This record gives sequence, C-alpha cells and structure tokens, in this order.
Amino acid sequence: MNRISTLLLSVAAVGGLTACSSGGTTAANTAPRSSAARPVIDPNPYPSTYRAYPSVPTALVGATVFDGEGGRIENGVVLLRDGKVEAIGDAGLAVPEGFTRIDATGKFVTPGIIDIHSHLGDYPSPGVEAHSDGNEATDPTTPEVWAEHSIWPQDPGFSRALANGGVTALQILPGSANLMGGRSVTLKNVPARTMQGMKFPGAPYGLKMACGENPKRVYGSRGRMPSTRMGNLAVNRQTWAQAAEYRRKADAGEPQARNIGMETLAEVLRGNILIHNHCYRADEMAIVIDMAEEFGYKVSTFHHAVESYKIADLLRESNICSAMWADWWGFKMESYDGIPENVALVHNAGACAIVHSDDANQIQRLNQEAAKALAAGRRAGITISEADAMRWLTINPARAMGIDMMTGSLRPGKMADVVLWNGNPFSVYTRPERVWIDGALMFDAYNPRLRPVSDFELGQPGEGDVK
Amino acid sequence: MSAARRSKRLTLWGATGIALAFAGALFAAKANAQTVAITNARLVIGDGTAPVENGTVVIRNGRVVAAGAGVAVPAGVPSVDAAGQYVTPGIVAGFSRVGIVEVEAVDGTNDASAPSSVFNAAIDISPALNPLGTPVAVNRLAGVTRALVYPGRSSGLFNGRGALVDLGDDPDMLTRAGLFQYVELGETGARRAGGSRPAAILLFRQMLAEARDFGRNPAAYDGRSRDSLLTRADAEALLRVLDGRDRLFIKVERASDILSVIRLLGEFPQIRPTLVGVTEGWQVAPQIAAAGIPVIASALNDLPDTFEQLGATQSNIGRMRAAGVSVAIGLVDDNETHKLGYARQYAGNLVALTRMPGASGLSWDQAFASITSGPAAAAGVDADVGSLRPGRVGDVVIWDGDPLELSSAPVAIYVDGVAQPLTSRQLDLRDRYLSPVEGDLPNAYDR
Repeated sequence: MNRISTLLLSVAAVGGLTACSSGGTTAANTAPRSSAARPVIDPNPYPSTYRAYPSVPTALVGATVFDGEGGRIENGVVLLRDGKVEAIGDAGLAVPEGFTRIDATGKFVTPGIIDIHSHLGDYPSPGVEAHSDGNEATDPTTPEVWAEHSIWPQDPGFSRALANGGVTALQILPGSANLMGGRSVTLKNVPARTMQGMKFPGAPYGLKMACGENPKRVYGSRGRMPSTRMGNLAVNRQTWAQAAEYRRKADAGEPQARNIGMETLAEVLRGNILIHNHCYRADEMAIVIDMAEEFGYKVSTFHHAVESYKIADLLRESNICSAMWADWWGFKMESYDGIPENVALVHNAGACAIVHSDDANQIQRLNQEAAKALAAGRRAGITISEADAMRWLTINPARAMGIDMMTGSLRPGKMADVVLWNGNPFSVYTRPERVWIDGALMFDAYNPRLRPVSDFELGQPGEGDVK
Repeated sequence: MSAARRSKRLTLWGATGIALAFAGALFAAKANAQTVAITNARLVIGDGTAPVENGTVVIRNGRVVAAGAGVAVPAGVPSVDAAGQYVTPGIVAGFSRVGIVEVEAVDGTNDASAPSSVFNAAIDISPALNPLGTPVAVNRLAGVTRALVYPGRSSGLFNGRGALVDLGDDPDMLTRAGLFQYVELGETGARRAGGSRPAAILLFRQMLAEARDFGRNPAAYDGRSRDSLLTRADAEALLRVLDGRDRLFIKVERASDILSVIRLLGEFPQIRPTLVGVTEGWQVAPQIAAAGIPVIASALNDLPDTFEQLGATQSNIGRMRAAGVSVAIGLVDDNETHKLGYARQYAGNLVALTRMPGASGLSWDQAFASITSGPAAAAGVDADVGSLRPGRVGDVVIWDGDPLELSSAPVAIYVDGVAQPLTSRQLDLRDRYLSPVEGDLPNAYDR
C-alpha cells in the first residue's frame, strides 16, 4: 500500500454522542444529576458482546519478563488463570498444581501490545474505495459519527497485528479529515463476526480531533471553512461553545432535541470521553491546550506528535500523552521537523510517551519501532532501560485510552493479555511465539490451527499461509 | 555548532564544485575520490558470503582494490582501525525517490511525477536531483550510500528514465542517468492505459512498435499527429529500451500478471528486464527463475492491500530465493524518500523468519546481500557498486553493531572513499531541543 497517500488523504470520521461505553465509573458519571425531566439516553446502545475465550491455567517459566510498568524480572514466572494474571515473580514463585507449564527459557514475556492509533476495520484491506469508511469528510465537524459503525471485522489486518505484532488491544479512530472526526472505539484483537464481538468491555470512548493541514486542506479545497489554521480554531471554538450550551441544558433538565454530535461533546466536557487529538506541531499543540482550558475539557493524547520534543515540559505539566511514530518525517510540512529521538526526549522529560502505528504494516512491528526510538535516544545520551521503553507499548497507551486498570501490565488481577516472544522484543530477529488474550491462547506460531483466517481470505490465494 | 559544520561543508563544496560539474561520465571516479584503508574489521563483502574476522578493505582513488582477511595495507595509504566492528558496503536502496523529493505533499519540492507533461518515457529524473535535500543526509546517516531513483507517474504508460545516485556530501549525486526505464503494469498500468490490463499490454506493444518505426527511419517519424502514441523524444527513449541500452524496470504484483509480462517480454528479446514489486512472485517463482529475470521486491508486504496482492506474504522473498530467483529488497511505495534505512530493518525481519515454523526467510548473509549487491545486480551495476569486491566504488560503512539490528548505527561512512560528515538537519534539531527549556535567550539562538 502506499502509506504516504494513506496518510495524506487520511480522513475518517465517526462521531457521535452519548455516554461512554460501559465501565463502572464512567457509567456512574453519566447518571443525571437532577432527576427532573431529563430524557433517559442509553449510554451504551451498541454494547460489547465480547467474552473471554476458554483458557487453561498456564505458567510461563524461565523467561525474561517485562511487566509493562518498568519492571524486569530475569528467569521469571508468570501465572495466568481464569483469564487473569494470577501472579508474577522470580524463579522462587512456585507453579501451582494443575497449571500447564511452558518452558520459556531464553524467551521474553510482555503484556500484550496496545496500539492507540489504528484504522484497521474502517480502512481495511483490500484498500478499495468500497472499503473506505474512515472519514466522514462531508463536514468539518462530525462528532455524531462513531468509528465502530464503520468497522469491518473481517479485515485481514487484525490477524497480522496479532501474529506478527502481539497486539492484543487497539483503538480504532476516525481519520483526520475533520476537526472533530467522531468517536473512537477500543477493541480486543480477537476474530469476531461482529464489531460488538471485539469491543473492549468497559473501555471509555474517545473523540478524534485533528489539527493542522488535513482539515484546512480538505475543506479549503471545497471553498468552505476552514481553509486556514485560524479557521480550524474558529470552527472548533464555535462548536465547543454550542456543546457547552447543550450540556448546560441537558444537565439542567431543560428540554431540547437530541443532537447526537452534541451528546458526544457534552460527554467530553463531563470528562467521560477522552480526547485523541491528531496534532503534529508543537505550537499548535500549545494552542489546543489553551482551547481545552477555555472550554473546560482535557486532552488525553496528542497523536502523530512529531514535535512533542519541542514542548516536552509543557506536555509533562499538562499531563498529556504523546503518541508518536519512531521515525516518520518529511511527508508533509507539519512532519518536517520529525526526529527519531522524539519518543526518548518526551520520555526523558517525564512526559507520557507512546509509540503508535496509524498503519496496517507498522502495527505488526510496534516492538521494533520502540526499539528504534530507544536506540536513537541512547545515541543522544539518554539512558532508558528496555523495561521502561516497554511502557510505550503497554501501560502508557492503556492509560491514555482509559483501560489501564484492566490491562497494559502484568499485575495480578489484570486481564491475561500476554505475549511470549521467541527472543528479546527489542531485537529485529524476534517474533511473537504465542499470544494470549484474557488468558485464552489466540496465536501459536507452532500450531497452524491457531492462526486466524478471515472470511475474506477464505478460499483466496494464500489462505492460511504464515503471512 | 551546526552552523560551523555547515560552513565547513560549503567550503569543501566550493573547492570541488567546479571540477565536479564536468565529471559526468559513467562511473568515472569522483574528483575528490579518496584513498584509505580500513583494518581490523568484521568485514562483510556484501555478496552473500559470510563475514570475515580481522578483515581489511583498501580503497584507492575511490575504488576498492582489495578486501578480505590477510590483506596488507600498502605503504602510504592512510589507515583507519575499525576495532573489530562490522565494516560493510553501504546500503543500496533498491527503490527510492531520494534526491527528487523533499516533502511529498509540497508540490514544488516533489519532482517524482509529471502527470500533465506532454512527455512520458523521455522524462529523465536526473536534472531534478538535489544533493542538498534533507532526505539525502538523513538516509546517508542510516547507512545508505547509493540508490536507484525512480520516476513516478507520467501522462502515459511509461514513467520515464531512472538513475543511480550516490548520497555523498558533495554537489553531484548522479552516478548514472538513464540507467533504466520504468513502467507500471497490473492495476496501475490498466488504469493509465484506459481501464484494463489488455489495454495496457496493447499500449505497451504499440508504443514499442512506434519506437521501432522511429529507429528504422527517424527522419520519417512524425510524433506529432493525433494518432501518434509517442513524441519523438518518447520514441527515442523507448528505442533505448527496445535495443537493450536502458534496462526496463516493470512493476507488477499479481502472479498471473507476472506470467503475462514474461510472455510479453518473449516478443522483445533484446529488452533487459527487471521486475519490481512482485508481491505474488512466490506463486510463480519457478517461472521467474526460468526466465532469468531479476526481482526487486517489497520485503514485508503481507496484506491483501489490493486484489493483485491477495497472496501477499512475508515469505515471498525467501521462497523466490529458494526457487532460484535473483531477488533484492526495495521499498516499493513505502517510505521511499525519507526512510531508506528501513531496508536494513526489513532484511533483519527476513532473517527472523528463518526462526518461524512454516515461514521462509533469508540467511543473514543473503539478507545483507539483498540490500547491497542485490539491488545493484538487479540494475546491472553490481560490477561497480553494492559490494566490497575489488573494482567497486569505495562506499563503506563502519557500524557500532550488527548492521541489521535495530539498535545499530553507522559510526563512519565513506562514499567513493570519502569520509562523510555524520551530521543532518535532524541532528541539529535534536541538539537544540535536548532540553526544551529556554535559557536567557530563546532557543532560536542555540546553534
């Protein structure tokens, strides 16, 4: 595929409104404060039907373990039972009776890889026009669309991300044609017949926003606003002002017609939907931070943040994550100042660093992208351990997506989303050997039956190939 | 500090620029070609042979004169001790737009394509080459010293004439202009030719037929009438393909299209073809091998991105190689301007596949050759570039580790035997922002 054209044209949209998906705390926050006449709105009308697949108690013994929160254990033991991480420790941790014991000597164990920025399913393979469902590029703001309503679960990209990348959870975002592209959805990376069958239970929704070149180009070329960066901000601010009024009425129980887009924005203002803002340039990120303050919302993460290294102090103080490529640069003006040390510089400044893909190919090698970023940092004199760098792919994206209490590290009680690598995951020579999701073995390089084949691939050239 | 580096470089250029302006001959030694020996190397020749310990490579006047174990350094040749580190030929990018694109999305800086031109096959990308473009230094710092540069789409079926370039820090990056003609068949060719594959094959045949007519009687060739498929310039360019003076690089992906191309080429025995892309090559690898056509393939395509790539698998190159196809790596439609260093990562991934059940990859030695001598051989220039065998250009990289490993980087780079500056605009940015906090003056004063 031509990745550059995908990026340049990337546009997607989803949007929507309503409350967040399901999780306990978020659901509570959506409850009306005044019981008055506020209409009852189902905050979760397309609920997850995902259930953990069957698992057996499993012990991974002898591996080097990265726990995803900066910890490293040599000759470690990881116990998985009933879909959860039961325990993690060194060689002194006994393997209880009844556990399937896997000798992982010489191998590595990490939490499942999490990609915070993917368009799998809404820009699926094959990338034909009939599949182009990522950008509702018909209005500069489309907070009313939801990415989950575009997802094609048969996208062969999901299985590649699982088998080659060890990806166990991923956020699917609308594209960047629009200032407000719509709602994101977080998925478990399991094959399913329906989107609901992949939907991550309890994950909060996100709202995709976009700075910079894409919105002004898409709409400017049509002779309508926005055609400039100042136009971008003007449309955003006007829309937030409307959302504030919509929210005020809703919270006060004043009658008003349902507005699906405004429902999403109101939930952002209430803190229940997380902002994922496509924004390359440091100066624009700073403006967005002020805009968020002006309207009383919070940015979770700047995506494609190639210039985060220029304002790492501001991002740290604002408690905003940066989702970054290891080394993409130069494909458009706002990526011109991209440098391979970006991730390491952000991390080193004490801000939250994430390595993301935005790409059906790089999602298969996020561990390698992190390795490149780590190496670039070390050459710049920044010492970061491999265990710390693993955060960029696990706990940091989980936190930015609001699922860190459930997954993203190997803490007892968390989902047993786990990768067994056949070597150090920061080496180019390493591949996932087995991947568990909620304790269920979903990929095994040594078992051809544990290699998903999507409906699209069935009966096609290369069906069931190693890929 | 970067200002100091930059002014030093400009001074160097000033001294050599005039001489180089007249040095256009094919593979002529650069005016500043150097003599140097690198000793105590873990030496990788780049031709598929295993690394040798304690090796030496001797470069005289920009060319390799000897490389291997037990090679003595001639008297008077300055010597560099590699301290046991990997020493290899520079990476040869098998597919690139380096030098002809600065920022893809900024049209004024992007000379890859000319879809509104009246010409097609005659378009020669070499006048666009800009060695000062920032991708040149950035790719050089990734260990890339030579590249095949391809024209993008034109107004017709043929894209135009591509070049071999070097990425040295000097004002002339052209190694050889007009090395090859480039045509895209399959879905792309079908679209350009009016909508179908048969239309593309027909157009291909007819354009070459017109070129042949031109060759038989140039004076009689019009090239201007409405039913003429080719301008005189395009006809002349295609004549060079027809008689084998320029190689023909053909982008094709689907297995059945590869067979179509092989059949079509049977009609033009003097054409010297190379296949590019070739995602489904593994399905027809014996036929490609039998036809003796070299391949520059994408390494890690494993998604059915189009219907002509349904059989995509990362085992493609390994399987073709096992079937006897001469195959190299190219970043086809994949970061081909800014991230040519991905070739190393992809080669490493092909080594990783040798450890995966059911997959086919390459040995380390083969993988390294697939990004050095491999692309050079596919372009017919491996007698001059791509390895450290005697007679080749002195493009040498000393690495701080295994050159296919993600943590490794060059510590010294030579192009034509000339030591290269280890600087780039990216490093200037990095150094300015190692800490973003401003001091007594804005960081714009930090240079």
